This record gives sequence, C-alpha cells and structure tokens, in this order.
Amino acid sequence: MKILVTVKQVPDTATKIQIRADGQGIQEDGIKWVINPYDEFAIEEALRIKEKQGGEVVIVALGPSRVEEAVRQSLAMGADRAVVISADASVDPAAAATALAAVCGEEGFDLILTGKQAVDDDSAQVGPMIAANLGLPQVTVVLKLEVDEAGHRLRAERELEGATEIVELPYPAVVTAQRGLNEPRYPTLPNIMKAKKKEVRRVSMDSLSLALEPRVTVNRLFAPPDRPEPTILSGEPEETAKELVRLLHSEAKVL
Amino acid sequence: MAKGVLVIFDQNNGEIRHVVLEMLTVARSLGDGPVTALTFGKDARNTLDKLAEYGAEQVLFWDGDAYARYSSDGFAAAIAEAVPELGPDVILFPATAWGKDLSARLAGVLKAGLATDCLHLEAGEGGRVKAVRPVYAGKALAEVTVNTPVQMFSLRPNVNAAVPAPATPEILSISPAVDSAAFQAVVVERNEAQGGVLELTEADIIVSGGRGIKAPENFKLLDDMAQALGAAVGSSRPVADEGWVPHSYHIGQTGKVVSPTVYFAVGISGAIQHLAGISGSKYIVAINSDPEAPIFKVANYGIVGDLFQVVPRLTEEIKTVKAQQ
Repeated sequence: MKILVTVKQVPDTATKIQIRADGQGIQEDGIKWVINPYDEFAIEEALRIKEKQGGEVVIVALGPSRVEEAVRQSLAMGADRAVVISADASVDPAAAATALAAVCGEEGFDLILTGKQAVDDDSAQVGPMIAANLGLPQVTVVLKLEVDEAGHRLRAERELEGATEIVELPYPAVVTAQRGLNEPRYPTLPNIMKAKKKEVRRVSMDSLSLALEPRVTVNRLFAPPDRPEPTILSGEPEETAKELVRLLHSEAKVL
Repeated sequence: MAKGVLVIFDQNNGEIRHVVLEMLTVARSLGDGPVTALTFGKDARNTLDKLAEYGAEQVLFWDGDAYARYSSDGFAAAIAEAVPELGPDVILFPATAWGKDLSARLAGVLKAGLATDCLHLEAGEGGRVKAVRPVYAGKALAEVTVNTPVQMFSLRPNVNAAVPAPATPEILSISPAVDSAAFQAVVVERNEAQGGVLELTEADIIVSGGRGIKAPENFKLLDDMAQALGAAVGSSRPVADEGWVPHSYHIGQTGKVVSPTVYFAVGISGAIQHLAGISGSKYIVAINSDPEAPIFKVANYGIVGDLFQVVPRLTEEIKTVKAQQ
C-alpha cells in the first residue's frame, strides 16, 4: 500500500502565543516548532499499516523552509521519503488543500492520512478538502482504522460528541486521525541518522500553477479578554468549601 | 430565489442539539433573507416545532431512505446540488464532529470559504459576515471574513444565546435526485457512550481532575461532585495519558476545547495547553494545594487546600444549596 501523510509544522502546545503589534500574525522568535500532534498519529498509523502489509509511506508537507525539521522528524519516525511544497505559512486552508491535493494526485496513492486538525489555526478543513478536490471519500476524527486489502475497503471508528460511529468506505480515501488512534513512536538514534539521507523532493507553490486566491481572510488577531482578579480562599476546608459555594450561589449566581 | 441563511444540522430520533437553537438565533441576526433549516433522516419532521419556535422561516426535511445513514460525500453532493436553487449567501453548521466533517467537505465541493468553530458572527459591510474564531485553541482570537459568494461558518456550541422568536415555517420540497448507492463513506453503526455521560463540549458545568487526584479510583470524588452539580467530568492531559480516564475526558489544546459556564479545575496545575482549552469558560474555579499553581492566575475563584479534604465538603455544601432550591 502506498500511503501519503500530509504534515503541518505548528508551534509546540506548551508555547505561549504572542500576537504581533500589527495584529497580522504571531511573534515567531523563540517558538519551538513541532509536527502537528494529530499528524503524528497519522504518521504512526501509516507506519503500522506498512509494517503489516508492506508498501511505502511518503510525507507531503507544505510551508516555509523551517518545515524541513518536521519533515526530517517524520522520516526519522520511519517514513520513506518526503515531498515539500514551499509556501508562505499563512496560506488559507483551501489553498493548502488545493496544493496538497495536486501533489498527492501527481504522486499517486492508496490512502491519504492526516491529523483531524492542525493545532495552530484549528480549521479542521484540509483533510476533507483534499478529499473533495480529488473526488475521494473521507472519514474524519478516527479512533480506530481497519484496512481490508482484499476487499479494498476501510472500516473506521470515529468520535462524535458522547458517541462513536463506524464508517465503511472504499479506498483510495482520506482519513484524519484523532488522539487515541495509536501511540506515536519516538525516533531512534539510528533512524534519525538514516532520515538525514532520505529523499526530500521540493516543489514550489508557483510551479503548481493553481488558482489560490484566499477564500478566508484573517483581518486581525487579538488577545482574548483578560480574566478578572481571582478571589482565593485558604484555611479550614470546611470554611473554604462553604464560602466557595456561597460565592458561586450568591455572587456569581451560577449554582 | 431570495438570499438568506441556510442552517444545516443533524438530528437523532427527532432530537436536536441546543447549538441548533443558537445557530437559528444567530442566523436571524445576520441578514434580510429567510432563515432556512435543513436536516436529515427518518425523524427529521419531528424537529419542526422547535425550529418554528426559534424562527426558522423555511424548512427542508430530507427524510427519504437515501438519508437514513450519514455519508459525508453523499450528503455534501446533495446539498451542493440544492444550493443554487436555495441561493443562500450564508451557510451555518454546528462545530461538532458531524458539522465539521460535512461543512469542510461541502466547502471543498462548492469551492466556498469556511470559517470553523466561530464564537461570534455579525453582519458586516457589503454583505460580508464578520466572524470571530479562536486560534491556537483560544490562546488568540482571529477576526475573519469569507471572500466567496457563499460564506460558510461553523458555530461553536454553548457560546451564543438561544432566543425564541416564533415563526410559521414553510416546508419546502426541494429534494435533489440522489442515488444512495453511489454514497461512498457510509455510517453503518452508532454506539452511544454508556449511560448518562454528559458531553464536555456542551456541558454547562464541568468538574475536571488532574494529577493532584493521585490515583484513578479517586475520580469517584469528582464523579460525586459532578453528580451533585449535574456536571460533566473531564481531565487534564497527563491523567488521560496515564489511562486513569478515557481519552474523551482530555481537555486542552490537543483534546476537547470547552466553554462551560463553570469549570472546576481540581488538582490541575494549569499547563499552557490546558489553559488554552478552558479559556472559553465563563467562571473558572481552581482547587489546588499549591498556591503558586498557574491555574490560580486564570481562576475567578480558588481554594488553596487539600482536594481530598475540600472536595467532599464542597459536594455536601452543593447538595445543601440544591436542596433549598
């Protein structure tokens, strides 16, 4: 099976986000960049399928030159090679999906895996949009994936609010990963060394000759409202518990 | 046909989520065209009274056999076929697993712009809706506009008020010719979570536990408190990673992002990624033995103390107050 995994590089979730003074982006100095955590589940799942059934795992990434690091890490986890589309970090989800779909289509594949969303813009659009672009079925927020190679079908469990559902579909298809799908492996030292020699093909966004006008424009970023000064209680548990319930009941009026 | 707002959502045995009422309320505030509600499946018509109460002026019930089982590709193709006739300039979805799956697919098919998980929508200049949505799980907010003729948005549950405005909806009969045999990804089974588990993203009150809980069996303390409050139970990431609770409990940047009225953080120190996931809470209440814990910086109320002493007493106090109501 040939599996493509689309990967985004995002700020580590432990990062404090500072908005630039012009509101047009975040301050990037000092940020630790990592593979989008949900994409790690996608990479791991691809590797497990390959280990069981054979085939190839190819990383397809999009972004500025810094994504190289995330790509090498993906290769160190065990992916075979990578394609990187050089692009401005701020392309909108539709443009990213259009470019990724074009490259995926050119590569050829049995399956595309990616994270259920990237933890920077939290759009959760790129996976389904790649599927729509390529006319393929999709299943998103997947907790469990079974591949039936003989029948050329997938059976996926996906997470809903307070429920799960089972979706069956033929492949080629696009599958997006949720936490719980698997436990991503850490790259071993020999694999990190090997990853340095693996093939990374670079493609410029312009060379794809796509119409990529942004469909969504971010006018400005701003900080969430400050939280009010806290009322902190300490002392005897009996007293503090009583006082807290009184405050929630009489002051905040939420009980 | 007139422009307007098309509100698309799922229903389950004729029941709709509260976010649908929130969407209808927001839809009414957006424009001059009609508010049209579209839902699917066998019991779709049973939602009519609720939709009327919250101001739907037109309704579409696609309740034929083709729509008995959800299919992202099938439903998106059907909606895309009906959109030219309905001619909405705005389409709203709930920002739920169902809504995010279908809205992104439909946006791809229609080549329309979509803003996911919006907190607020308001009519802006030139018919463009101004949307505010969280990015970095709420560490920052973004004001966005959609540039395509059809503007698509998904709305985060539990943020906007639901205000009734009774209307007498016209039941439209637009129904695209679809062949469900051509649907590719199809739901074959649905499994509800076991008895009475409240969904975190829709909960009004959440009681959440962190490492300070010390052992999985101690979650019983939080279950008891949650039961007294009618609250949902959540957790921090380390606790879910340890397997003390299922992954579905995990609240934070890589887990659930919640917006309850009251969030009780019990034995949670307040890592940045956790704080991001709870920043939409109206009131945050922290209970922690460490007065320096970062959670106190975002809390409205806090108790510095031993949770094993404090929580049982809180539960008793809550029961007392509830009994008086």
